[in-house]
Amino acid sequence: MTALTLSLRDEPVHRIDLSAVRPDRLSGATPEKIARLGLSCGNRRMQVGELFEITGEDPQDLVIRNSCARLDAIGAGMETGRIRVYGNTGDYLGMGMRGGNIEVHGDSGHWTASGMHNGMIHLRGSCGDFAGAAIPGDHRGMRGGTLLVTGNAGDRTGDRMRRGYILIEGDTGDYCGARMVAGTIAVLGKVGIAAGYGMRRGTLLFRQLPPSLPATLNDCGEHRLGFLHLLLDSFADLDSRFSRLDKGQLRVRRYAGDLACDGKGELLVWVR
Amino acid sequence: MIINGVTIDDTFAEAFGMKATRVLVTALNHRWARHAAESMTGFATSVIGCGVEAGIESELPAEATPDGRPGVSVLLFGMSSKALGKQLENRVGQCLLTAPSSAVFAGLHGDKTLNLGRNIRFFGDGYQTSKLIGERRYWRIPVMDGEFLCEESTGYTDAVGGGNFLILAVSQEQALSACEAAIAAMREVPNVIMPFPGGVVRSGSKVGSKYPALPASTNQAFCPTLKGMTATQLTPDIEAVLEIVIDGVNDSDIRSAMRAGIEAACALGAQHGVRRISAGNYGGKLGQYHFHLREILA
Repeated sequence: MTALTLSLRDEPVHRIDLSAVRPDRLSGATPEKIARLGLSCGNRRMQVGELFEITGEDPQDLVIRNSCARLDAIGAGMETGRIRVYGNTGDYLGMGMRGGNIEVHGDSGHWTASGMHNGMIHLRGSCGDFAGAAIPGDHRGMRGGTLLVTGNAGDRTGDRMRRGYILIEGDTGDYCGARMVAGTIAVLGKVGIAAGYGMRRGTLLFRQLPPSLPATLNDCGEHRLGFLHLLLDSFADLDSRFSRLDKGQLRVRRYAGDLACDGKGELLVWVR
Repeated sequence: MIINGVTIDDTFAEAFGMKATRVLVTALNHRWARHAAESMTGFATSVIGCGVEAGIESELPAEATPDGRPGVSVLLFGMSSKALGKQLENRVGQCLLTAPSSAVFAGLHGDKTLNLGRNIRFFGDGYQTSKLIGERRYWRIPVMDGEFLCEESTGYTDAVGGGNFLILAVSQEQALSACEAAIAAMREVPNVIMPFPGGVVRSGSKVGSKYPALPASTNQAFCPTLKGMTATQLTPDIEAVLEIVIDGVNDSDIRSAMRAGIEAACALGAQHGVRRISAGNYGGKLGQYHFHLREILA
C-alpha cells in the first residue's frame, strides 16, 4: 500500500485543527470516508476533502504535503503509525502523543510536543516557544518520548517537563528547562538567559555556558560522569548530530539547582 | 571409556535447579573492576554456608560494557530468588559501592528482576538522582570519588547448580595440575562459573553426618587416607582426588564446560598421573539434572 497523502490545496484563511487526522484513528478508513471527515476551521466546519487532495491508502503512513503554519495539532494524541509533513506546521505538533513517529521537513509553531508521553518527533526545522512545555492549566509538560529539533527552539523549552528527551541541535531561547520536574534537555547551540530557573530535578546538557545563570544554580566543579556515556549511547540511532558526539569528551562542569526548588536538578556544560 | 590412558567412570554428576543473575561491573581499568568483582564474589563458594555461589564469568573489553569502560561479568546463583536478591543487594552495597571508580549494570534482562540499586540508592541520603535512559533506570549516588552509577534492577533466570566431575590422580601435585588445565579450558565457556577457590574443591561431601547438627560431611569413599578402612572408591595408586563444581545458566552450558574441562585434564593423560575421571551424585534421587560423563564425552 502506498502512503496516504494529504496535499493542502490552498493555505486556509483560518487555523485548522488537524488532531482528528492521525494514523491510529484513520485505521481501516477508505479515502472517501477520510475526505468526509470534519475539521474545525475557525468558527465553522470543513471536510478534509475540501482542504486536501487525497491520494494513497495506507493511513499508518500518513504524508501531509504543502503544509503551512495554520495547520495545528498535527499528530496530537497519536498512538501508532507515522506522519511525515513537508512544509511548516502550526502549534501543538504532537501534543499528548503516545506513540509513533512524526517527521517534519519544516518549522513548527508553539507548544510542540507539549504533554507528549511517548514516541518520536523529528523536526527538521525550528520550533517556537514552549516546546515540550505544559500548556496553561496543565501540571506537567512532556512526560516521555523524544523531541529532536534540527534547528532552533524558542523560549521556555521544556517548561514543567516531567520525563523524556528534548534534543536541540541549534540554539534555544530564554528560560530553557524552567520549572522542569525531570527529564533531559540537550542543546548543541547557544542558550538564552535563566536556563534551569525553578527546576526541581532533571538534566540540562549544554555545549556552551549560557550568558547568565539563575543565582540559585551553584557551581559544583568539573567532573567525569559515567551516566553521560549511556546517555550519548542512547542517541546512537538518531539521524542527528547527537549521534556523532564524541563520547571521549565527557568532562562537564556541573551546576546543581535550582536550590530554591529542591535543588536536585543539574545543568551540565561540556568542558572543551 | 578410556581417553589418553584416563578411565572415564560410567557415572553421572547430579545437579540442582537454582536461580541465577548476572551483573556487569565496570571501573577505571580492568585491575579495579577485578578488585570490585573479586570482593563481590568472595565467600561465595557454596549456598550451604555462604548463601550464594558466585564467580567472575569473563573479562569484558570497554566496547562491550554499557559505560564504555573495562569490566567483568559476574554470575551469582542462589537457591531462591529471595535468597539471591538478598545476597546481591548486600554484595553490591558492601563490595561495589565501596570499590573506587566502580559502576554496576544489569547483565540479564527480562520480566523477573532483582533489586540492584533500588535500595542502595538511599545511601545517597537524598542527594541521589536517577536517570531513565531508554527503558532502564539508573541511580547516581554521590560518593567521595564522584558518582556510583548503578542500574536499578537486573534480571534473573532459572539455572542449574552443582554440575561436577572428579579428577583422580597419583599425586596431589598432578591432580592440581590437571585441575588447573581443566579450569583454564572451562573459563572459555560462557554462562558458567566454578565457584570454589581457583575453581577447585578438595572437600567433596556426602549428605549427612554422624553428627546430627551437620547437613554434610566428608565423602570418605574418595578420601585417599581412608582407603584401608572404608568402602573406598579408590584404587591403591590414587593419592589425591579433586573436584570441579560448575554452576551454569542452563544445563547445556554445564555440559559444554564439563566436556571442555575433562578433555583438558585427559589431554595431560596417564603419563602425567591422571588416572580416572569420576563424578559426584546422590544416587540420582535428589537432583533434577544428571550429567552422564560418557554421554558428554561421546
